[in-house]
Amino acid sequence: MANKTHIVSSYEAELSELDNKIAHMGGMTEQLLASGFDALIKRDPALAERVIANDKMVDAYNHEIEEKAILTIAKRQPMAVDLRQIMAALRVSNDLERIGDLAKNIAKRALAVASEQHPRSLMAGLGHMVELALHQLKDVLDAYAQRDAEKALAVWRADAQIDAMYNSVFRELLTYMMEDPRNIGLCTHLLFGAKNIERIGDHTTNIAETVHYLATGTPLTDDRPKSDTTSSIVIEPKAD
Amino acid sequence: MLDMKVMPAEDDKAAAELAPKVVARGVNVHYGEKHALKDVNVDIPRRSVMAFIGPSGCGKTTFLRCINRMNDTIPGCKVTGRITIDGEDISDPALDVVQLRARVGMVFQKPNPFPKSIYENVAYGPRIHGIATGKAELDAIVIGSLKRAGLLEEVKDRLGDPGTSLSGGQQQRLCIARAIAVGPEVILMDEPCSALDPIATARIEELIDELRANFTIIIVTHSMQQAARVSQRTAFFHLGSLVEEGETSQIFTNPIDRRTQDYITGRFG
Repeated sequence: MANKTHIVSSYEAELSELDNKIAHMGGMTEQLLASGFDALIKRDPALAERVIANDKMVDAYNHEIEEKAILTIAKRQPMAVDLRQIMAALRVSNDLERIGDLAKNIAKRALAVASEQHPRSLMAGLGHMVELALHQLKDVLDAYAQRDAEKALAVWRADAQIDAMYNSVFRELLTYMMEDPRNIGLCTHLLFGAKNIERIGDHTTNIAETVHYLATGTPLTDDRPKSDTTSSIVIEPKAD
Repeated sequence: MLDMKVMPAEDDKAAAELAPKVVARGVNVHYGEKHALKDVNVDIPRRSVMAFIGPSGCGKTTFLRCINRMNDTIPGCKVTGRITIDGEDISDPALDVVQLRARVGMVFQKPNPFPKSIYENVAYGPRIHGIATGKAELDAIVIGSLKRAGLLEEVKDRLGDPGTSLSGGQQQRLCIARAIAVGPEVILMDEPCSALDPIATARIEELIDELRANFTIIIVTHSMQQAARVSQRTAFFHLGSLVEEGETSQIFTNPIDRRTQDYITGRFG
């Protein structure tokens, strides 16, 4: 938005450093999600362990961004777009940290199901969800870097697709469990995995809201359509 | 017949409360060839604080000085347009400027107490305006004004000491006490804290916060943070024009005009 630079160049440097750190942290988070899911479908405990270890780096970034933001507020008493940028960095960094945690949780499930044998088709629905979540995450990080309110709004709206997929994965996994009780262990882990991805979608829309505020100065006030209906799904036991 | 005095209806009272205290329309100021203020239009609400911000030479002090016709004293200065206080045009040549300045008090950048005692500094205005009828009344005004200016506790035992013996912050509060002693409606403050340390500044800001319950205050300040802290509305001046005026919370978080944004964020070239 503001293409003029600050008279005080060290202030300018502090703000761009915050942006760079968010960009870097965002990239790490995308990788955590992709690798966490890879570890799950490939049942690769070593990769899962790496994801769990790398999540600590995302946490460290979150702390660092927080410290830098607080220091900049104390030193510069930022106003207008600068104030919004710093608040946005704090919020986005928190959401990315949560996304990292959820990706780590998916990787942990890879460890739990590593020894179980099951058809790959079980993973297909989850795979689509991850694909979309990654796409959304990438778009929202681009929107942040470009201060693009329109793009952020598109991400915000598209979260309904992840919710819809979550609903269908939920039903699909229930069906597998009903068909063969030996699937229950795995499918329960996958259900939690799906829930984690759905939550990642929610954090991504939080970021979209933050980007919108950052770019325009006004909050997104419309109610986002909520389409996760799994909390009200009832299972009808099969009649023998 | 005294009982027959017409009381304004409640609605009229409420409407009068909501009407702006000071209204400027098409105000232009020339200093000789220099066009210092260009077509300023603004409404200043009563019993609130409005901050004027902008780079040096932007016209904010020039406009402030129009409100009590201080510019009259500057040779070659020409003010056109209309400024009203409670609907009354203050540019009327027949208007008594001394009376106007009793209604519109002013506090300057540097505290400027008279070379007189603390008591006399405050008593001077009410005395020349004939506000107090006797010694007792004058005493009450002096004590009351010092109290409202938050200075009484610090000076009550030495009212006979020279005003200049006080610290900078105390002197500035003495000047505020002096301004409010004549019962003004509007108080103009031209960078009242720029010569003060942070503690004295905090005291003045606390005082401004209290005074706005009874007075309309207009403050010129170079501190964005001060403007954000003490005012309800903020006006940004640049190159003699009023660029943007709005709620302080909006101006400092989401200004509409690019120039306002560049100025308050420290991007001005």
